[in-house]
Amino acid sequence: MAKNLATIAILSGLILVLVVATNLLGVRLYDRIAINLCIALVLVLGLQVFMGNSGILSFAHIGFMGIGAYTTAVLTIPMRMKGMSLPDLYPILAGVELSPYIAILIGGLVAAAVAAAVSYPLMRLSDAAAVITSFALLVVLHTILTNWSEMTNGPRTLFGLPRATDLNLAAGAAILAVVAAVAFKESRTGLLLRSTRDDEVAAGAMGAHIPRLRWQAFILSALFAGIGGALWGHFITSFSPKAFFLKETFVILGMLVIGGANTVTGAVFGTIIVTVAFESLRALESGINQAQIFTEQVVGLTEIVLALAMIAVLSLRPGGLFATQEIGPLFSRLVRKKED
Amino acid sequence: MSFFLQFTIDVLALGGAYALMALGLVIVYGILRLVNFAYGELIMVAGYSMYLTSGSGWPWLVMAAVAVLMAMLAGIATDYVAFRPVRAKSVTAVLITSFAFSTLLQNAALLFISPRPRNVPLPEIFSETVSFAGVITPARNLITIAATGVLLALFSWLMRRTVLGIAMRAAATNFTMARMLGVPANLIISSAFAISGLLAGVVAMLWIGRIGAVVPGIGLGPLLIAFIATVIGGMRSLQGAVLGGFVLAFIDTTLNFTLPQDLLKFRDAFTFSLVIAILLWRPEGLIKGPASGQRT
Repeated sequence: MAKNLATIAILSGLILVLVVATNLLGVRLYDRIAINLCIALVLVLGLQVFMGNSGILSFAHIGFMGIGAYTTAVLTIPMRMKGMSLPDLYPILAGVELSPYIAILIGGLVAAAVAAAVSYPLMRLSDAAAVITSFALLVVLHTILTNWSEMTNGPRTLFGLPRATDLNLAAGAAILAVVAAVAFKESRTGLLLRSTRDDEVAAGAMGAHIPRLRWQAFILSALFAGIGGALWGHFITSFSPKAFFLKETFVILGMLVIGGANTVTGAVFGTIIVTVAFESLRALESGINQAQIFTEQVVGLTEIVLALAMIAVLSLRPGGLFATQEIGPLFSRLVRKKED
Repeated sequence: MSFFLQFTIDVLALGGAYALMALGLVIVYGILRLVNFAYGELIMVAGYSMYLTSGSGWPWLVMAAVAVLMAMLAGIATDYVAFRPVRAKSVTAVLITSFAFSTLLQNAALLFISPRPRNVPLPEIFSETVSFAGVITPARNLITIAATGVLLALFSWLMRRTVLGIAMRAAATNFTMARMLGVPANLIISSAFAISGLLAGVVAMLWIGRIGAVVPGIGLGPLLIAFIATVIGGMRSLQGAVLGGFVLAFIDTTLNFTLPQDLLKFRDAFTFSLVIAILLWRPEGLIKGPASGQRT
């Protein structure tokens, strides 16, 4: 118990340090990066809740992020903007205008509800079949987001969300996500689910209800994703369905895998490392583009480096940087060694 | 009658291309039980090598042969980069590394060539139409059907009559046993990737023949099609992959003819929901593969 508290304390401390440092520096660019980082933390921790504990790779996560973002968009875009940004919206919803903070929560709940409704049958599947169905689910969600013009303005950019996500809100959500992820991992459900990950047959034989355990984790994971998506929506304020597809899936997955999918610590460190690397590479990219060293724009460099890093990490350390141990126990052991 | 003939030609041409895509995916899956997410990028590689050689003045067939060869090399590279280092360690890890390799190739195309579509040279016969028995159809549909027939015949001869094919089928049935009897594992796996690349290269010619241009994201469509087709037909069976390709083409063509216009844009959602439904009803697909052996 004390070790889990230590894990939570260290990881939340990291996020707090980040907030304080960003506020002290007061550079707007860093502010933006820090908010992005906190939102990514919520998303990656959400994926960790399902993937890390059940051992099943899920591609559908970003689809639920999209659901969260679009839900909060429909609920919060000011009435006078709705005629322009969502011309075909159903009349019932046209008059709704909620506070963004409530709408963010509703976004998460809607994503969780959708996950609960569609995913139960999928949880019976393991290995490649599970991965392919989750991929199929992502494509289904993406197709719906792209084509349901009444709610999403179709493939066009949706604009007009009020800007509500600041650093404090994003960091608060990230800390809550850390606490929830650790709590779930150590809960009875989490423990049972982890036993099914390590040995599906044995856990099933001992009476673990595998589909239901996975289902619970999947719903919680979709809740995180929906909230993350809604936060992101109120940060970026205009987006299109393209923002919720393979490229983002790749980034989120990369963060989790490089850090280590099985631990909350891995999720946090992976997110921080990848975000920092990503932002510096992006700065490099735009630097090259501005200096006009090459005749054409340089694009895709960032993704190439991330892809190489993922392959390298997985070849050398298949479990990621923090494969099995959380930082709390690691840290306390380190302290004890010094005392000896 | 002519409608029926038209419909049959459409289904056969589309289904032929789909079947080849599915076959290329399943030949690797059958042996390794691992999905190659970078499969679509083999098609992209073939397309771009057509574009890069288009200024060379070679005859089209030579360019096509070079493109297919490049796709085969890319297939073997997939094995060496994404599969071999991690395949013994974790299933999830391989799925992620192949996904990463796919992103790597796509972004390399973005970075070194261009995000914009690039024209690919096509022989004139691809844009001609043929009319017979009251049906007007593009010649490339007939070429697709012919190419599918030839390749499937060649493929089944390879799998049934040659040492390599028999070794590959043995490895797909029981990998450990095949290894113990002296089948060199790495060689078999690399050959499977090379064949997968060969099929992808041919598919690229037929697929790009419809559009006439190549973009970095071109592989996604064929990859999704191959997924659906193999899932419908049976992930473990080569015949299943072919069957799945034709079934999917039948479903697609029928939906095209019957769905009302405002639902047609949701066609992908319909087909993918169908995949999920089929996996729930028959997790093994329509045709069951050989009894399961241990994965490496």
